[in-house]
Amino acid sequence: MTAMEREAGSAEGDHAAGRFGIAAKRRGAHDERIAEAGWLTRLLRRPEAGAAGGLIAALVIFAFLPGAKALYSLQGSMTFLTLSAELGIIATAAALLIIAGEFDLSVGSMIGFAGVVIGLTVRELGFPLWGGVLSAFAVAIVVGWFNGLIVVKTRLPSFIVTLASLFILRGLSIGITRTVTGRTQIPYILDGVPDPWTAEIFNGHILGGLFRWMGSQGWIDTRSDGLPFVPGIPMSIVWCIGVAIVAGWILTNTRFGNWIYASGGDADVARNVGVPVARVKILLFIGTACAATLLACIQVMEAGSADTLRGTLKEFEAIIAAVIGGVLLTGGYGTVIGAVLGALIFGFVQMGIFYTGIDTDWFKVFLGAMILIAVLVNNYIRAKALGERTAG
Amino acid sequence: MTEVPAIELKGVSKHFGSVIALRDIDIKVHPGEVHCLLGDNGAGKSTLIKILSGVHRPTHGQILVDGVPVSFRSPRDAAEYGVATVFQDLGMIPLMSISRNFFLGREPLKGIFPFTRFDKEKANTVSRQAMADIGIDIRDPTQAVGTLSGGERQSVAIARAIHFGAKVLILDEPTSALGVHQAAMVLKFVIEARLRGLAVIFISHNIHHAYPVGDVFTLLNRGRRAGTFRKSEITRDEVVAIMSGGEDLKAVEAEIDALLASIHQNEAARPSA
Ligand SMILES: Nc1ncnc2c1ncn2[C@@H]1O[C@H](COP(=O)(O)OP(=O)(O)OP(=O)(O)O)[C@@H](O)[C@H]1O
Ligand SMILES: [Mg+2]
Repeated sequence: MTAMEREAGSAEGDHAAGRFGIAAKRRGAHDERIAEAGWLTRLLRRPEAGAAGGLIAALVIFAFLPGAKALYSLQGSMTFLTLSAELGIIATAAALLIIAGEFDLSVGSMIGFAGVVIGLTVRELGFPLWGGVLSAFAVAIVVGWFNGLIVVKTRLPSFIVTLASLFILRGLSIGITRTVTGRTQIPYILDGVPDPWTAEIFNGHILGGLFRWMGSQGWIDTRSDGLPFVPGIPMSIVWCIGVAIVAGWILTNTRFGNWIYASGGDADVARNVGVPVARVKILLFIGTACAATLLACIQVMEAGSADTLRGTLKEFEAIIAAVIGGVLLTGGYGTVIGAVLGALIFGFVQMGIFYTGIDTDWFKVFLGAMILIAVLVNNYIRAKALGERTAG
Repeated sequence: MTEVPAIELKGVSKHFGSVIALRDIDIKVHPGEVHCLLGDNGAGKSTLIKILSGVHRPTHGQILVDGVPVSFRSPRDAAEYGVATVFQDLGMIPLMSISRNFFLGREPLKGIFPFTRFDKEKANTVSRQAMADIGIDIRDPTQAVGTLSGGERQSVAIARAIHFGAKVLILDEPTSALGVHQAAMVLKFVIEARLRGLAVIFISHNIHHAYPVGDVFTLLNRGRRAGTFRKSEITRDEVVAIMSGGEDLKAVEAEIDALLASIHQNEAARPSA
């Protein structure tokens, strides 16, 4: 006890400290080492700060390029927002999984596979559309559960496990479709179905009345028949907003969200305090497979057909959007808003390059540079979040 | 001691394949007592507390809590019995906030299904209060744990254990990475926990940390228990001798001196540039 008291700074200790010109520490006193963090600093410390800055920069830069008028028109905006929304759906699910410390490379193949399931059940088995959609989601749950189970049971890197799924699912899509139909595409899925309204859920619009009214007022461009070019807000955007709100709410406001961060932050520690890490990860793998299936539904209803190659490389786009949005590749850190911002940048720049007439090949260069910058910025922001302690 | 030990090991062994990390260990820890585990590197201290905290299962032997045989399937299981552990590698997630770490696995909830949510306000106020109770004033419970100093992190872990009603508090080298002031702070929490009637198991290689707070000292040597002593039965110097693995420290010092002398000699012999 005595040694301790001496160390803790008893009267004697204070005296000694005074001799060396060290002010004794007083508990409860204001700690002069802590600079007050201003609102700007706190804002910049948010994981999605880089993405928000990037989006603003892109919006400004493209405004000065040729073709800006078309890009910023209602129609142009709706096009890039739709593109971003479709990516945002899978990016959001991918972000949750990455925050939990895992990857799913089978997302793109799952998009193709889900389309095939819808196509075959509707065309070959005579299911109504909703039956096809439910079948696809059921398959997605099994695929996601399987991916997750193998990852948590074998403790193999999910990168490898889902790389295998990427090939297996793509191969199955092509193989099954060719065996059954003799082709690699399934056309006319929507023809003669008993429930065309199911297609509307994924491919319709909302606020059609509002847009028609705005058209009649001359506020937005209309076709010769008086109907607006943009008939309303596409359902893909509605779905993306819905998915993002639910995912964001889960991540920041629920116990499950706390477990997601913990599973990716340090799975062993999380397990030790009783977090069911395996269950969290499996559920999130199911989440990415279901997000892929939702996107497949939107695309199938839009095109009226399924293509076995659909969704190719989408897994990377989803991961890229999440990373651009400040999600840490090593897990444990990131937000849903970030992933959505990442998807917005992705869609905007892709359409921007298209509208400005720049050779679209350059989009890939931009993408590569963007990834590199994003990862560097993420590292920096992470160090900021930890108050520099883990920098280097 | 007639009272029932808060936790007791009876004839516990632990094998890792062909490695016998622990052999036939008997230990009793009573409420309101600090029990120090001493021994050289690799003696089996960490393995012992991993058994006590449910990380490992003993190959042979029994664990008793309040005199009742139990078997821990996981650390969570052990925690249900009131056995809380502050791990050597800390058991905290650096990128998460203090309050999120504090309540990890036991999040307070509010709202009705399906809108049940993590009660962040409560988590913030309670964690701040629990830390204040053991004498730490945290500035901001939403601060990431990774930004805290080593001692502050330990204090969060200890406050968490006390708050969630631990009866047995296990600390594996909680002071090893700490400076003088912070180590003293952690030792203060150890005493605080003891005064609250917790049974504390404490591992340290530092005699200045172990001896002042310890009531009972158990020596481990190559996986075996080489003796248990009450503080009145053993002097600080004897504890030092035990902690150095029975080796004569004087001999080690002489060796180092000889080494230093030869280095100096070499330097003197080298022509100055
Ligand atoms: N999971 C494991 N698998 C195999 N051997 C292990 C395992 N864990 C511990 N050991 C072995 O058991 C012995 C005891 O290790 P332990 O970590 O308990 O030592 P310790 O007393 O805590 O040492 P230190 O003071 O260095 O922390 C060591 O020889 C170690 O190599
Ligand atoms: Mg150890």
